[in-house]
Amino acid sequence: MKTAFTIINNKATRDGFGDGLYEVAQKNPNVVGLCADLTDSLKMGKFHKEFPTRFVQVGIAEANMIGIAAGLTIGGKIPYTGTFANFSTGRVYDQIRQSVAYSGKNVKICASHAGVTLGEDGATHQILEDIGLMKMLPHMTVINPCDYNQTKAATIAIADYEGPVYLRFGRPAVPNFTPENQDFQIGKALHLIDGTDVSIFATGHLVWKAIEAQAQLAELGMSAEVINIHTIKPLDAAAILKSVGKTGAVVTAEEHQRNGGLGDSIAQLLSRELPTPLEMVAVNDSFGESGKPDELMKKYGLDTINIVQAAQAVIKRKK
Amino acid sequence: MNKITDTKELEKIATQVRRDIVRMVHGVQSGHPGGSLGCADFFTALYFNILNHNPKAFTMNGIGEDIFILSNGHISPVFYSALARSGYFPVSELASFRKLNTRLQGHPATHEGLEGIRIATGSLGQGLSVAIGAALAKKLNKDNSLVYTLHGDGELQEGQNWEALMFAPNHKVDNLIVTIDYNGQQIDGRLQDVMSLGDLPAKLRSFGWHVLETNGNHMSDLIETLNIAKGLTHRGECIAILMRTKMGAGVDFMEDDHRWHGVAPNDEQLQKALAQLEETLGDY
Repeated sequence: MKTAFTIINNKATRDGFGDGLYEVAQKNPNVVGLCADLTDSLKMGKFHKEFPTRFVQVGIAEANMIGIAAGLTIGGKIPYTGTFANFSTGRVYDQIRQSVAYSGKNVKICASHAGVTLGEDGATHQILEDIGLMKMLPHMTVINPCDYNQTKAATIAIADYEGPVYLRFGRPAVPNFTPENQDFQIGKALHLIDGTDVSIFATGHLVWKAIEAQAQLAELGMSAEVINIHTIKPLDAAAILKSVGKTGAVVTAEEHQRNGGLGDSIAQLLSRELPTPLEMVAVNDSFGESGKPDELMKKYGLDTINIVQAAQAVIKRKK
Repeated sequence: MNKITDTKELEKIATQVRRDIVRMVHGVQSGHPGGSLGCADFFTALYFNILNHNPKAFTMNGIGEDIFILSNGHISPVFYSALARSGYFPVSELASFRKLNTRLQGHPATHEGLEGIRIATGSLGQGLSVAIGAALAKKLNKDNSLVYTLHGDGELQEGQNWEALMFAPNHKVDNLIVTIDYNGQQIDGRLQDVMSLGDLPAKLRSFGWHVLETNGNHMSDLIETLNIAKGLTHRGECIAILMRTKMGAGVDFMEDDHRWHGVAPNDEQLQKALAQLEETLGDY
């Protein structure tokens, strides 16, 4: 099946983070990196090797890492913390809340291995609540890029934004299809494919699945618009309302719980501004489990077919 | 700012700080007088003698200045009084403590832009990590000034402290002076009854810290110990000072009594307290 975008290669979004950190550190001497014993997993090795005095190994002590990052900002540094998404959020929520968000500190919380695609390690490590946790914090920016190139661009871009950021990415190699060296604008939705029957708003790994779903829907005679919401907070309300005003039906897609995720943010917006039939492709109040990433995406209803079915269902609900 | 070296003069300032504390807490019938009074001598020593700082031109990054992080944020009354009395913001603003639209929040915050505050604290156990980060930033900036902290002893029951206590010697954070208010009291009672810290000096030493001990309610001892600590910085060692204090120090009926951790005096108790504390700098 022909998709509207071509896969350049398959690469993990965490590699985009590692390469982006290395690149931004060369340009900006204030960038420092902190890691809690997961340097290779976070792909921070190249940064560590090139900038040893700007790398802080904290050991398995994430609460301390967040506090140290907050303290580094007092001296004008731009700290990037690196660990798994689970240990970047749930484990250190109060540290982020008080020492980073309430204190308005310029900390970049960089979270890998988000969602079920972490795979075999299972539910203890597969956080599906992190977007919700982070977006509830006042003034926290929440970014979930879709592929290697976009994660790299986002990693570079957030250094120039003053304020706390949660940057979420993943473990497995996934299709890399967005332009190399793209200009990443925080809070700006990316319109990928034009359509008229349904708007598909996807984030992270689900963006490629949405592109595949659009091609399948086209074969079934349905025209889907695909929009990449890489920034969940602040949400690009204007872009969403413009698309929904045209299509009158919405599917949201994310590797996260329904509660607290992208779908929840868009449903809130539309219920206030433009009530519209909406279906959510997301995990429905469940923990994950061990398995291969692809198997888990299927089992938890996060695959291309789930987006296609959600689109068909929501188009039927249109008046 | 010009340092005050005369012990008698410093003691007079501490007396006024104590008056400020009881008046602030009484004024809003809320806040934490016990630990605040116990640390009044330390804050006076720090802000009027020890710190190299510039209260009239506060900057968040504090580059070229010593900076202080209060980890046990609930003793905000003494922090606010020391900041105001040393010139960070108008003394009259102390009257707004804990009231709606104040910059003097119940626990210290950066959110309202109060000069002298560099991090929000209150949820306990987070300040040491933040101070370590600030100290690392000073090293990266080739800034030889120091970072000071204060922690409650009860606060050390929070696990994050021990992550930070392990980190600092491992990374030779030697531009940091950690002080601990060693008053042996917490909300529910005496530390040894609620959750003993065991042999705290031995624990700190086993984590790799150079531990000093002093009487935290004796001005000349305090200054002497803080100066010894300063002399030990930049030598690859981490320095901690255990300051033995009395909760409620300076007001006889509050002394060494955990019930005054977070209770405001009534009108009669206020008068009784103020009768023991001479007005030396003028009340706000």
